[in-house]
Amino acid sequence: MSARTADVVVIGGGIVGAACAEAFSAEGSSVELIEERGIGGGASGAGMGHVTVMDDSEAQFALTRLSVALWEELAASLPAEVEYSRCGALWVAADDEEMAEVARKQRFYLSRGVRAEALDARQVAEAEPNLRPGLAGGLLVPGDRVLYAPCAAAWLVNRAMGRGARVHLGVRATANDAGVVTLSDGGRIEARHVVDATGAASGGLVRPRKGYLAITDRYPGFVRHQLIELGYSKSAHGHDDESVAFNVQPRVTGQVLIGSSRQYGVDDSLVGAHLLSRMLRRARLYMPRIATLHVLRAWTGFRAATPDGLPLIGPSPRNAQVLLATGHEGLGITASLGTARLLADWVAGRTPPIPMEPYLPNRFPAEVPS
Amino acid sequence: MKDSLACEIVVVGAGPAGLAAACTAAGRTRSVAIVDGNTAPGGQIWRGEVRMPGIDRARISQVRLLSDTLVVDCPGDHSLLAVQGDRAVEIRYEKLILATGARERFLPFPGWTLPTVVGTGGLQAIVKGGMRIAGKRVVIAGSGPLLLAVAAYLCRQGARIAMIAEQAPRSAVFRFARTVARSPRKLLQSISLMQSLTGTPYRTGCWPIEAVEGAVTLSRGGKTWSEPCDYLACGFGLVPNTELAALLGCVLQDGFVAVDTCQQTTQPGVFCAGEPTGIGGVEPAIVEGRIAGYCATGRMDEAARLFPERDRGNRFRRALEEAFRLRPELAGLTGPDTIVCRCEDVTFARIAKHGNWRAIKLQTRCGMGPCQGRVCGPAVEFLLGIPPDSVRPPIFPVPVGLLSEDL
Repeated sequence: MSARTADVVVIGGGIVGAACAEAFSAEGSSVELIEERGIGGGASGAGMGHVTVMDDSEAQFALTRLSVALWEELAASLPAEVEYSRCGALWVAADDEEMAEVARKQRFYLSRGVRAEALDARQVAEAEPNLRPGLAGGLLVPGDRVLYAPCAAAWLVNRAMGRGARVHLGVRATANDAGVVTLSDGGRIEARHVVDATGAASGGLVRPRKGYLAITDRYPGFVRHQLIELGYSKSAHGHDDESVAFNVQPRVTGQVLIGSSRQYGVDDSLVGAHLLSRMLRRARLYMPRIATLHVLRAWTGFRAATPDGLPLIGPSPRNAQVLLATGHEGLGITASLGTARLLADWVAGRTPPIPMEPYLPNRFPAEVPS
Repeated sequence: MKDSLACEIVVVGAGPAGLAAACTAAGRTRSVAIVDGNTAPGGQIWRGEVRMPGIDRARISQVRLLSDTLVVDCPGDHSLLAVQGDRAVEIRYEKLILATGARERFLPFPGWTLPTVVGTGGLQAIVKGGMRIAGKRVVIAGSGPLLLAVAAYLCRQGARIAMIAEQAPRSAVFRFARTVARSPRKLLQSISLMQSLTGTPYRTGCWPIEAVEGAVTLSRGGKTWSEPCDYLACGFGLVPNTELAALLGCVLQDGFVAVDTCQQTTQPGVFCAGEPTGIGGVEPAIVEGRIAGYCATGRMDEAARLFPERDRGNRFRRALEEAFRLRPELAGLTGPDTIVCRCEDVTFARIAKHGNWRAIKLQTRCGMGPCQGRVCGPAVEFLLGIPPDSVRPPIFPVPVGLLSEDL
């Protein structure tokens, strides 16, 4: 069979691949998107869907801030089912030590132009009456947002299709030789650029990090902001084999999404009772009344984790024709739009809005996926 | 801390199959328990009635019965997590017998979400629960012998049954009636049913196409008419409850739990009896329950003596399935705006855009509400030929507090 041609083949229809397909189609490139399962069906569908500015490093801050701004540009066009909600995030401090972290975090955000309000014990209780009494305070980041990623990914893909992008569902890319991508259905596409947006399946130094979530029935008003314990970063960036952190999210439906957990070295998707109950106990510790809410469903998913907690965005050191857009761990929903912008600028030879160096795959000379 | 219970044999479900299994196993083992979600034993069919033909009542006293107890997860080997009121109970077993029964199948058609449109079993349950039906005009529509049983019950309670609309063609229903006539007990049952339904119009090849406040439009032989009614009770056959079996890793075949001659599933030590292995009502369920009870206690010879009876039960199941197979026209009743998923208000047009259950769930939330896909799952499978995907814990909604106790 003779190969078709395309400017860009995007492998992976999660939110990162969807954003890349959208961005390249906006450049006027011909785009073909390959997704084995379903749009937004991997980590995008399994995750919580926060759109948040993070402060763990300057590079992470730069990418997430750019991305939040890009989401905000799209906000007015997003259809209702994307459930884009400006609920804000409230980082919860349990004690004085964590209040010191509130002050540090607030300084970090304010000095970079991001709104952040320090709340004392009384203000936190007012902001979230279902938190336990006796918390020290918290940090409110009003600009943080939440969305429903499977529908956001589908909307991005539809936009790309509206500009002529082709989508191959239910097929896999089986080979990529000298710019010709072979599909599992026998199809071949000759591409100038191949974007690897396969997330936890990327391989190489991208490791799958399993997470659990549970969702409740509808309890409108039970939670108002995305709530995160300040110890979250310890859980997120520690290298313990297994950790949990309090993180709940109000959905537009009135449902409450309960997370979070992190687990290395597990490759089955089973919902284990031990870790699920541990994660839910953590939620009860912060919100005792959550114990009475009914859980409808619990599930697991796999984040694409890298050794330094930053994504891989840019040409693969082993094959410059392959552009990596993977390794976003828990920030793929947020960072999808920024990632796509960086890659589109790189291909077009434009100066990107933020320096690309911190995310370039060549910071890891060996073992990157290709 | 949660309560815990350890029994040699644990039976899930106290309907005919579960009671038969437990009573057969009782006395031969150190301990037998039945875990059941209802307040009284008897399952959907007997619902706490005193008369339970075919059950060795003397043995029930030797069985530990946990009523109002729902199994929600299987947290480890030989262990179930159940919820009883506001307590979590960990149930440990050596052998497990699943007798989880079946539920009604609902099919969406315009108007099916009106408050006056109810399930046949649902209407029977609320009448048993004290709602007055006397003098009310009821149309019963759908498929299968249960329509007759419910009609007879409602008649006895004083309801006026305007019509029983059976979607299956007349020829199929007659063939089935002849099969039934070969079993004297079933013949007696149907004669007494028919006697209590004297004068009630029973229309074959007839089905509802739209419900409005106070009436239902029925279709038969190419003609449609409006039939006034206070209630429209619908039931399009039964769907097996296979969620727990699936969660335990038992293989399902064509939607039913696969079992060997001993009623053992593909998971060693886990048996299954009754509707989850095939829809056939009380008698096949009791035989399978007894076989499972014998085999789970190592009495294969006694089990083998029941195999011919089970074969007859399976022939009855096949006849039932063939006679009351849902006609394809029923899949064409939904309009684009007809709600298919009642929990999440998802219309048929939104669902029909997707090619697999995971995409349907992710993109529309169909099946993601409190019914956990029990109602819309079988409907989507019938309408679009897309079977539901994997089962996730908890298999019933359960408070966070009970899912988070120390294990």
